[in-house]
Amino acid sequence: MFVELNNLLNTTPDRAEQGKLTLLCDAKTDGSFLVHHFLSFYLKANCKVCFVALFQSFSHYNIVGQKLGVNLTVARERGQLVFLEGLKSAVDVFFQTQEEPHPLQFLREANAGNLKPLFEFVREALKPVDSGEARWTYPVLLVDDLSVLLSLGMGAVAALDFIHYCRATVCWELKGNMVILVHDSGDVEDEENDILLNGVSHQSHLILRAEGLATGFCRDVHGQLRILWRRPSQPTAQRDQSLTYQYKIQDRSVSFFAKGMSPAVL
Amino acid sequence: MAAVATCGSGVGTTGSAVATASKSNVTSFQRRGPRASGTNDSGPRLVSIAGTRPSVRNGQLLVSTGLPALDQLLGGGLAIGTVLLIEEDKYNIYSPLLFKCFLAEGIVNGHTLLVASAKEDPANILQELPAPLLDDNSKKEFDEDVYNHKTPESNIKMKIAWRYQLLPKMEIGPVSSRFGHYYDASKRIPQELIEASNWHGFFLPEKISSVLKVEPCSLTPGYIKLLQFIQNIIYEERFDGSNPQKKQRNVLRIGIQNLGSPLWGDDICCAENGSNSHSLTKFLYVLRGLLRTSLSACIITMPTHLIQNKAIIARVTNLSDIVIGLESFIGSERETNPLYKDYHGLIHIRQIPRLNNLICDESDVKDLAFKLKRKLFTIEAEVQKGVSRATFLLDGPRKKLFPCLFQLLEVACIPWLMASSSIFKASNIGLSPSYVTNSGFFSASLFHF
Repeated sequence: MFVELNNLLNTTPDRAEQGKLTLLCDAKTDGSFLVHHFLSFYLKANCKVCFVALFQSFSHYNIVGQKLGVNLTVARERGQLVFLEGLKSAVDVFFQTQEEPHPLQFLREANAGNLKPLFEFVREALKPVDSGEARWTYPVLLVDDLSVLLSLGMGAVAALDFIHYCRATVCWELKGNMVILVHDSGDVEDEENDILLNGVSHQSHLILRAEGLATGFCRDVHGQLRILWRRPSQPTAQRDQSLTYQYKIQDRSVSFFAKGMSPAVL
Repeated sequence: MAAVATCGSGVGTTGSAVATASKSNVTSFQRRGPRASGTNDSGPRLVSIAGTRPSVRNGQLLVSTGLPALDQLLGGGLAIGTVLLIEEDKYNIYSPLLFKCFLAEGIVNGHTLLVASAKEDPANILQELPAPLLDDNSKKEFDEDVYNHKTPESNIKMKIAWRYQLLPKMEIGPVSSRFGHYYDASKRIPQELIEASNWHGFFLPEKISSVLKVEPCSLTPGYIKLLQFIQNIIYEERFDGSNPQKKQRNVLRIGIQNLGSPLWGDDICCAENGSNSHSLTKFLYVLRGLLRTSLSACIITMPTHLIQNKAIIARVTNLSDIVIGLESFIGSERETNPLYKDYHGLIHIRQIPRLNNLICDESDVKDLAFKLKRKLFTIEAEVQKGVSRATFLLDGPRKKLFPCLFQLLEVACIPWLMASSSIFKASNIGLSPSYVTNSGFFSASLFHF
């Protein structure tokens, strides 16, 4: 959890809004630091988190999480975190036939099916347990990242259906939050990815877009972050609020500053 | 389990006696045994395997790519469990050399090799590996007779170090314990080294004839076979850590040549919207899953300049860990450009992963050119014609027999492409006269940003 980013977004783990879909998007740079931020943020907010981690292994997130102050192993044992490790599960699904439907069942299929098994997995993971006492505040679904599903043979429409089903369940029914990471291919004409990105950004309440600098590589400013607040359900009588900051990633935190106000330049 | 073993061996009692001793907890004396390898492997495995070293940044285990200068640009080396993708140059002249250096480094370090190709028999690929340039000490351990006849000087050396004559000629195991070696591309690797090494070959025309046993998914049969072969080797030779009792751990180096070319049965190089356009990306995903759960590192060369659909290249880049692009000047107008007259091509480091970390070791130098001199492959970054070439040549081999270097040099005459923060550096460095004349029309006013 980056304290400066919390200040920019005007939230704290105690009083975060519920029922929101946040889209993380990166163009020409690596936006995974935002995923680590939200993962540690929601774990500290005592939420039940379902993390569909398709991009990296569990130990990667764990080691970075420890730098940010959360322990994923402990959270997983406590039941607070349900972790789907995409890389390891893909190997299991690919080389051995599974009896029960596996969330990544589509890897064995020749034609692009649908993501229903994955949705069932998410729903099962986040459904409220009737144990009487409310241990966790609200459920959160984290997906890193959605563009990998396109590379694995799913169509953009199937991925959008999955997001729609998850939003109906997690955001509307269970009053939880969703955080999705989608890569922006930029000038490379990846139509499927563009469809996916546009579709999710129209449904989202908050868009965080990490971009590389237009002037190229810089050692002191790693990129630019654009924050856009939206109200998808209501007619846009007011303008959506948008802010732009530049950032520099350090070992354990990220520092944000206004454009051109990098400490190296001042 | 490990603690019990150490206590038992020290005290000389059976396991039950140790159990009773621990239950009683009378004495505060606790036997400190050596930390066994049965630790929880949720973190990086910092075992001492030949040819590896931990990264200074995040403790990841690194192996050398075969080119020490490339290791430096990648932040120390190639991390175990990751994929190094090389985008081939147009006529596929320089990328096989990088591929072979990687494999030769594996042989010199005693790693197990897995070579997969659809074009050449892996046995032939191994015959053509470059010979390593070793120090005098390790050279004595094999091939002594050749040097005995050369000069009387070497005879004198042999007399002083007479014990080496008693050692067996062929060294089984890692020839050298250094990290990163230099290779002489004009000489072939000695036959004894190949025979002493453990390698597996996957030649597609041989393997594809047998019947497929897996149900059809959208991967091409060649990729399915290759994945099964790799998984088999990892499982049988215990690279996935499934046998913790095994004392000597080793690294598996996988090399896949020309992945994505039509010889593998894939049509992404032929058609823009082929029938199985997800085949290659699925393959890479499952391959990375296999690598992440085993002690292996993989190098893949891919003819990305032939891929028709640019979106696939972007997806392939995202799915790989390190991506390096080679661009040779052959046949392009840059061949006659006076700026590039010393170099053979440009090398682009397109992506470096952030593993176990928020940041990665990106080098500040972004414009790199390579040069293949007479024989050897090294990498050199040149900032100014006069100054830095001298400093980096010191990194090269001391012998300087045939300094044929695959040199990575920073193109000196395009200063504004460097990092904007290093513009401040440029003003501090005195511009040598040769630099100014070479830059030609690049006036000094460019530095005033």
